[in-house]
Amino acid sequence: MSAQAERPLLEICGVSAFYGKIQALRDVDMTVNRGEIVTMIGANGAGKSTLMMTIFGRPRARSGRIIFDGTDITGMPAHEIARMGLAQSPEGRRIFPRMTVMENLQMGAALADPEYFEADLRRVFELFPVLEKRQNQRGGTLSGGEQQMLAIARALMARPRFLLLDEPSLGLAPLLVKQIFDVIRELNEKEGLTVFLVEQNAFHALKLAHRGYVLVNGRVTMSGSGEELLAKEEVRAAYLEGGV
Amino acid sequence: MEYFLQQLINGLTLGSIYGLIAIGYTMVYGIIGMINFAHGDIFMIGAFISLIAFLILMSLGLTFIPLALLIVLIVAMIVTSAYGWTVERLAYRPLRESFRLAPLITAIGMSIFLQNYVQIAQGARVKPLQPVITGGYTIMEKNGFTVQISNIQILIMVLTVALMAIFSWVIAKTPLGRAQRACEQDRVMASLLGVNVDRTISLTFVIGAALAAVAGLMFLLYYGVIDFYIGFIAGIKAFTAAVLGGIGSLPGAMLGGLIIGLIETFWSAYFTIEYKDVAAFSMLAIVLIFLPSGLLGKPEVEKV
Repeated sequence: MSAQAERPLLEICGVSAFYGKIQALRDVDMTVNRGEIVTMIGANGAGKSTLMMTIFGRPRARSGRIIFDGTDITGMPAHEIARMGLAQSPEGRRIFPRMTVMENLQMGAALADPEYFEADLRRVFELFPVLEKRQNQRGGTLSGGEQQMLAIARALMARPRFLLLDEPSLGLAPLLVKQIFDVIRELNEKEGLTVFLVEQNAFHALKLAHRGYVLVNGRVTMSGSGEELLAKEEVRAAYLEGGV
Repeated sequence: MEYFLQQLINGLTLGSIYGLIAIGYTMVYGIIGMINFAHGDIFMIGAFISLIAFLILMSLGLTFIPLALLIVLIVAMIVTSAYGWTVERLAYRPLRESFRLAPLITAIGMSIFLQNYVQIAQGARVKPLQPVITGGYTIMEKNGFTVQISNIQILIMVLTVALMAIFSWVIAKTPLGRAQRACEQDRVMASLLGVNVDRTISLTFVIGAALAAVAGLMFLLYYGVIDFYIGFIAGIKAFTAAVLGGIGSLPGAMLGGLIIGLIETFWSAYFTIEYKDVAAFSMLAIVLIFLPSGLLGKPEVEKV
């Protein structure tokens, strides 16, 4: 294997980020390897979503470096980062409310080769059949769960090399959570898609992920394989007991 | 009846011009949430560039009117777009992350600057253009009153309808239009999907300015005289049209333009010409009392 292939797909080195004067991330270090599912768990307000957005430069990392596939993307504008093959289903889903489901998916595919559009569309409709039924409905009229599916589908339409999911289970019925996590596992196993997801739903996330990190007040306090973290007393006490 | 019909034709012509300018206001408001007060002056610039282009073509001896019109149209659209782009680049983009009122103030500054710039460069006196498009048709003649539609009126209405159709199609169906709407609805998300937001905003200004240039050319052809101040009153009217139709809504801008044009014309025809502006602005006030988001404005329907 060449040196390039051994290098992690995403490296975050000593990143700090601020909202105004409030520091949201403190010296965060983490990596995601090719073909891995990595999760970041943490309580509400720990900085998980900030980390997701900081990868896209919003807010920009005030110190440290973010390297994707060997390229320093720390200072790049968000649209150029997207062009490198990163796609995100962000916090709050951010569906375009006055666009139809189909137009939202077309927006997702804006950077992808149009040649694959039909096939990709079929695929996301297979994964989330409800979207096919709703394709001409405006995004803003979908239920929370449907919006979540649309946000993930929209990210997939970009044919990303690296998929970022911010709390895909938020506000969903348990059955849907299982369905979405199954989809993520399938994409990872069958297509080798690299996934980084942040979750409050620590139990599911750690079971799904190869590796995990724990974020507390903007700082990474623990890391390890999914099973290791699940077995740790501190993790169980803080994120699992009574919280699942 | 004949008189009414004649005024209807006149009103629709004026309304078309307002509508084309109003689109520039409504698009810019839609995408960056500011009123571009310099837009009326961009329209004025468009009229001046059209005039200059006409005079140059005539001095070159080009007398075939359709060709001359086409060249002037294209030149005016391109050069005016460059002005629109530059205004955004210089006066608004540096303030994008600033507080909301800042670009509004630079917009007013830009408006004053453009007026003075043209006043100095072109002089303060009105500039005439000899009638380029003459002739017309008599639609009907009754009781000694003839209802006429001039060729220039036909041109204005046809061009407006054609531009509106093309423009609506671009916004509704093309990737460019989708990107534009995406930026309107959620700029950050659009950028996460690879949309170059700055470029899209620039393009919005360019398109708005190009349409204003067409309006400027039509104004020049219709009235035959222009001066550096025409952008102010036309701008206020078009802005009123955009708000009346529902700011942010494209069909609303066109509808608002037509309504303002019709109200002004009919008021002048049946009441007093001095109060035509009062009538137009009163209409705005009345509509906003009952429909605060304008005629076709969309109140947000969003589930959270």
